Amino acid sequence: MSSISRDEVAHLARLARLDLEPDELEHLAGQLDQIIGAVAQVSEVAADHIPPTSHALPVTNVFREDVLRPGLTADAALAGAPEAEDGRFRVPQILGEEQ
Amino acid sequence: MSTAIALPTFEDVIARFDPVMGMEVHVELGTVTKMFCGCSTAFGAEPNTQVCPTCLGFPGSLPVVNQMAVESAIRIGLALNCTIAEHCRFARKNYFYPDMPKNYQISQYDEPIAFDGWTEVTVDTADGAQVFRIGIERAHMEEDTGKSLHVGGATGRIHGASHSLLDYNRAGIPLIEIVTKPIEVDPALAPAVARAYVTELRELIRALGVSEARMELGQMRCDANVSLKPRGATVLGTRTETKNVNSLRSVERAVTYEIRRQATVLDAGEKIVQETRHWHEDTGETTPGRVKEEAEDYRYFPEPDLVPVAPSRDWVERLRGTLPEPPAARRARLQSEWGFTDLEMRDVVNAGALGLVAETIAAGADAAGAKKWWLGEIARTANERGVGVEESGITPAQVARVEELINDGALNDKLARQVVEGVLAGEGSPDEVVAARGLAVVSDESALASAVDDAIAAMPDVAEKIRGGNMGAVGALIGSVMKATRGQADAKRVRELIVQRLTA
Repeated sequence: MSSISRDEVAHLARLARLDLEPDELEHLAGQLDQIIGAVAQVSEVAADHIPPTSHALPVTNVFREDVLRPGLTADAALAGAPEAEDGRFRVPQILGEEQ
Repeated sequence: MSTAIALPTFEDVIARFDPVMGMEVHVELGTVTKMFCGCSTAFGAEPNTQVCPTCLGFPGSLPVVNQMAVESAIRIGLALNCTIAEHCRFARKNYFYPDMPKNYQISQYDEPIAFDGWTEVTVDTADGAQVFRIGIERAHMEEDTGKSLHVGGATGRIHGASHSLLDYNRAGIPLIEIVTKPIEVDPALAPAVARAYVTELRELIRALGVSEARMELGQMRCDANVSLKPRGATVLGTRTETKNVNSLRSVERAVTYEIRRQATVLDAGEKIVQETRHWHEDTGETTPGRVKEEAEDYRYFPEPDLVPVAPSRDWVERLRGTLPEPPAARRARLQSEWGFTDLEMRDVVNAGALGLVAETIAAGADAAGAKKWWLGEIARTANERGVGVEESGITPAQVARVEELINDGALNDKLARQVVEGVLAGEGSPDEVVAARGLAVVSDESALASAVDDAIAAMPDVAEKIRGGNMGAVGALIGSVMKATRGQADAKRVRELIVQRLTA
């Protein structure tokens, strides 16, 4: 059984840009621990001859021809954007001042 | 950040340190559509006009792999003598940055489509041409990011910008990332080897026809990893990754700069910071890139929206059959066909004009003439405009036509140069420029004859020398006639007329 710490949850939250309160971190650490524990049961039954599986379907090579398909107009693409400027998506400041 | 302390010379550094390099090159494939959707990849469209729910990362959209992109990836892998994976997956690279609207990039991680290959590059040394084998670690498929425009800061930089504007036309264009194994060569040649590798890769990509690989358009982008270890040390030094190295010349300069900069840091007893640095073409320096807070934690996992790619051996062998003549073999063949010296051939290759010269010769020009134009007038103009020779505005067929006009006696060298100038200036085809500028050689015999007579009359002493058998003096009369006809006479014909009159 693995166990996940509060710090690890805080780290993951930071990576996912989630602003969690201390009690939420505590709460989620417990929950994630249970989830990981549940999933870990798989490794108890997976023998050496069963390779790790990333895809449920035994399908490979699903391709598309290199042929143009109509997309969206700029207006349509930007219609749902919170802000747009000059035909582009406008996003808030990405980085602050140079350090 | 400017360099406060003078850097040691390159010669001094390589006398004490051994550089180790690793090159990462991204190539944008020239497919018609993007990697995972049917949007156009054409360059230069209005912002956000080549987008769809998939490449904008709208909820509910699903990617579908472009078969042509996979074929191109396999062909690149084969041309680099790689093993092609029998089974490989896409992976999700998670990061928050507005250039990827999905908040992840679909890439390949632990299972690249091609791995463990090599290519050979040639570098000139004092002892002649030397061949180096560069190991290829892997080549994998991924998608390009959107383009950001940073507003409100100094000169478009991200630092200090008030906000940014995103164009996702480029987001999702197929990219192949090609990574070398560590390159350790004679330290003095390291920057030249790095450049030769990127040059070779560009030739190879173009020969495969999978991309035009134009670095000035970002179709081929190079990151250079450099580390130093003191001579004799066995442990690798800490490396830096220099990005934005987007011309062949920059590859050599950036590697040289970074070798010298790292030596300065080590000489001061400090440690190299493992970081991303940016190359600045204008100042010839690298500066630290954006601070990578948690940046290395991409939490890769197998892409659940795409099934694995498992190229059958039949398919791979079929693709192997489509590989072009390897660039080195092609160069050797063309060089012997054209009768060029090593130096001449190298000039052509370094100018990125190999294909253009070959096409010009195929269109009927002789080798020397084709080379002269592409490396002379045309290269100069392209250089002035900051574009590649292939973008200069003249085609191989047009260059061949100019050569034909010279051989027919319709143009002399001086007029031909004006014709090429005209074509480069967008005045039309060679024949149109000749007509519009009135550049035809004066072939009106009577006009030419009277110009010759005038010249003889004006320079009786010169005429006398020629009558006396001093043929070296003919040049003065030819010059006078050429001047009188404003350069539009056929010098050969003028000589004939003078000789006829004075020695008959």
